[in-house]
Order: sequence, then structure tokens, then C-alpha cells
Amino acid sequence: MSLPIQSTEDLPLLQVSNTTKLYGGRIGCKDVSFDLYPGEVLAIVGESGSGKTTLLNCLATRLTPTSGSVNYRNRMGQMRNLYEMSEAERRMLMRTDWGFVHQHPADGLRMTVSAGANVGERLMAVGARHYGNIRDTATDWLGRVEIAEDRIDDDPRAFSGGMRQRLQIARNLVTGPRLVFMDEPTGGLDVSVQARLLDLLRGLVADLGLSVIIVTHDLAVARLLSHRILVMRHGHVIESGLTDQVLDDPQESYTQLLVSSILQP
Amino acid sequence: MSNTPKTKVLVSDLAKSFKMHLQGGLEIPVVSSVNFSVSVGECVVLGGPSGSGKSSILKMIYANYRCQKGQILITDGDEIVNVADATPRRIIRLRETTIGYVSQFLRAIPRVPALTLVAEPLMAQGVAEDEAFERAGKLLSRLNVPERLWQLPPATFSGGEQQRVNIARGFIAHYPILLLDEPTASLDAANRAVVVELVEEKKQQGVAMVGILHDHDVRDAIADRIIDVTSFASAA
Repeated sequence: MSLPIQSTEDLPLLQVSNTTKLYGGRIGCKDVSFDLYPGEVLAIVGESGSGKTTLLNCLATRLTPTSGSVNYRNRMGQMRNLYEMSEAERRMLMRTDWGFVHQHPADGLRMTVSAGANVGERLMAVGARHYGNIRDTATDWLGRVEIAEDRIDDDPRAFSGGMRQRLQIARNLVTGPRLVFMDEPTGGLDVSVQARLLDLLRGLVADLGLSVIIVTHDLAVARLLSHRILVMRHGHVIESGLTDQVLDDPQESYTQLLVSSILQP
Repeated sequence: MSNTPKTKVLVSDLAKSFKMHLQGGLEIPVVSSVNFSVSVGECVVLGGPSGSGKSSILKMIYANYRCQKGQILITDGDEIVNVADATPRRIIRLRETTIGYVSQFLRAIPRVPALTLVAEPLMAQGVAEDEAFERAGKLLSRLNVPERLWQLPPATFSGGEQQRVNIARGFIAHYPILLLDEPTASLDAANRAVVVELVEEKKQQGVAMVGILHDHDVRDAIADRIIDVTSFASAA
């Protein structure tokens, strides 16, 4: 039997239902459900301890949820429950289809190998073998994240915080992922460095048509990058919707508090 | 012949109030029983004093504000979408192709040059980069934004310059429905006249517009109909 031809554009890439993570008796995140579509950028906001990162880690298979399911549509168009896959399949997914940008670049980079190797390594993981091609692609990507070509052989310990973060982004995007997770990618950077990174991310996400789930406590970052937003508190999603609608007309008491707490420069 | 429906926007029994949780749950009524429609090529202006809810109505049509009650029906090709209960994805698509919004203030994005900001809505509709930049340049010239500013991010521009960049961004792409939130607030007479021309051109293309315009000359020049928003005042 043949399947009806349908564009996967209109089908969710990720379906999250009732995802719950308990740490003993304490709630990490509880009953979180949402769909993410191709090309969509979803921001998860809330204060420290609200469960944002726990949720992100449950989605990215870095933590096993206590209950609930997370389904992902692979390149063949099949919906697969991440937690019913074998470890090998999951690792393959992390290497080919996904990226994960950590808040601290040191967690996502290999600090003792060169910038070029940091990018090239991901390419080799998906089967690239030709040294010249790998180096060319790595150079191209370093250019796209505004790292000068003559820094390709330096290791990231010699880079500034902003450069390291841009290198981490290049390392994640070089394999052409479909879904990228980001945990506070602009946290701890100076505002001018942050602006440059945001501008870069904004351009890359639009050009590559990436789906992104970004955790941030910075509502301005969420407004600039995301289409939709989930507001979390005490492990629960308390409000969700279009980013500008949630930020300009917040309905819940806690969201109103968050929005009214932003400092105007 | 095209059999596209003539009504582009139909607002019925719309109501909005704000609940201020940080002020002990204070309920602020804004408007209720809002009813009006806008046809192809028509410019409807919302009238009434500040605080009467004009901007809130416009923002509800753009789904920037939620509403408590009622419907906002938008004709999108051969589909009718109720903005009041559409999914975020549907709204994002509507904003790319069907509803444009010219706001009062420019939200400058760090490091993004004026020319790119203006060209972006065209590129989002699939126009090639070269053509988008060329049309953006033409429109900025028309609005008297000097070419030496085009490659600069508008954060440091004067209020009037920022607003003209914003107008260019709002008018550059074709949307069958266009919302105008005081587009002429800080413009001089020459630039106000350009905006009047731009609105006239949109009307010729059949664009349905809803506007808020405090400037009487501009309002008289472009309004086909004025709706008094005070008639929608919530009985508080």
C-alpha cells in the first residue's frame, strides 16, 4: 500500500505529550505538551529553577523523563518515540539531525583541539573523510560565524567568550541539522557581543529554515528570535502562545510579573 | 472574473478588557460590542480620543492582543480565518502573506541596517534579495531617507527618520489587509504627503485598510469612513 503524498511542512517535527520529570518527590517539569513544526522557533522562558533546562534535557534525550512521550519525525517521515529507540539510534540522531548549543561553550566544544577540528569532527562523525573538503567546509563555517580564517588552527582556549560561543554554533550547524536545542546561548556575554550573536542566530535560523527550541530567561532574546513562547513556573507551563502576544498582553499573574520586571535601558 | 469576497475584515461582537493581576486583579474594560467591516480597497479610520481603545482594536486584528469575546474574520485567499481563535502557526502565516501592520514605533534590531529591515518583509514573501534591496532603496528615497543612512542600523536615527524606515517596512510588501497605527505621527508635511500617496496606491491595488490617524489633514485625505470608537466603550 502506498502512502498518500503529503508535505511534511504541515506535520509536526516534534510532538511532546505529558512529559514529566520528577527528582524523587520534587517536580522538575510536569505534564508538558506541545507540537513543534519545521522552521519554528520556540522559546521556553521562566526564572531559574522553573524547570526550563530540565524540560530541554528531557526533549534532547539528555535526561530520561519519568513519564510522558516525545515523538520525533525522522528524515523518512516516520514519527518515532525517542525513548523507545536504541541508544545507537539516539546517538545517530544527536550527530546528524540535531544540535545542542550549551550555555557554557566549554561543555559543547573540545577545548584542546583546534577550532577547525572542532567543526571538522562533527563532519567526520557523519561520514566525511576527505581532508581537503572537511577543511574547506570548516573554513566556510568559521567565516559564517565571523571567526577569521587565520584562527582555524588555534584551539578555543585562546578565544574570547563570544568567539567560543560562535564556534560552538558552527560546530552544531555544520552537519545541517533539522532541530537545534539551545540552553541560554547568550547568557554571560556582554551586551554588544550578545547583539552580534543574536543577529547571527537570527540570520542562520531564517536562512537554514531550522527548528529551534531555545531556553532563555531573557525576554528580549525570546522576542527577537522566537515565534512562540512557553512560560514556565514551578515545573509547569503556565502560559503559551505567539511570542509578541504573550509579551504584550500577558494573561497570567506570573507572566505579567515577568514582563513588568524588564528594565528599560 | 474573480469571485473574491468583497469583505476583507469582519469584526463582530468583539470585547477586550485587561486583568491586572499585580494590582489585585483589577479589571480594566477597554471596548465591547465592536462591530464593523472593511471591504476591498477601502480605508476605514478609527476615531475617538486617546484611551478609547483604537489601538487595542488594531492590535486584536493583528492578534498582538487577545480578545475576551467575539470574532475577527479575515479573508485569506479562498479561506476565512477567525483570528480570535486561530493557532499561532496560522497567525504567523497570515502575517507573512495577508495582514501587514505599520506601527507607530520602530523596533530596531541590533546591527541590522535600515535597508535590510525594509527589505525583510519582501524576502519573507519569497522576493529575491537583489530585487528586495532595490525596491527598499526606492521606497526609502521616496520617503526622503538619505542614502548614507541605508547601511546603518536605525537605533541612532532621529524619531522622524526611524518612523520613515518603519513606514517603508510596512508599505513595501503587498498585503491584502493593512493596519495603520498612526503612521504619520512625527512626520513633516512633505513626508505626510508621501504617506497619503502610498495609501492611495494601496487602495488602487484593492488593499483593505484600518487606520488610526490623529492628523486631520491626512485623515480627511485617506478615510473612506470614520468609525467612532467611543460607541464601543465598555459599560464599566
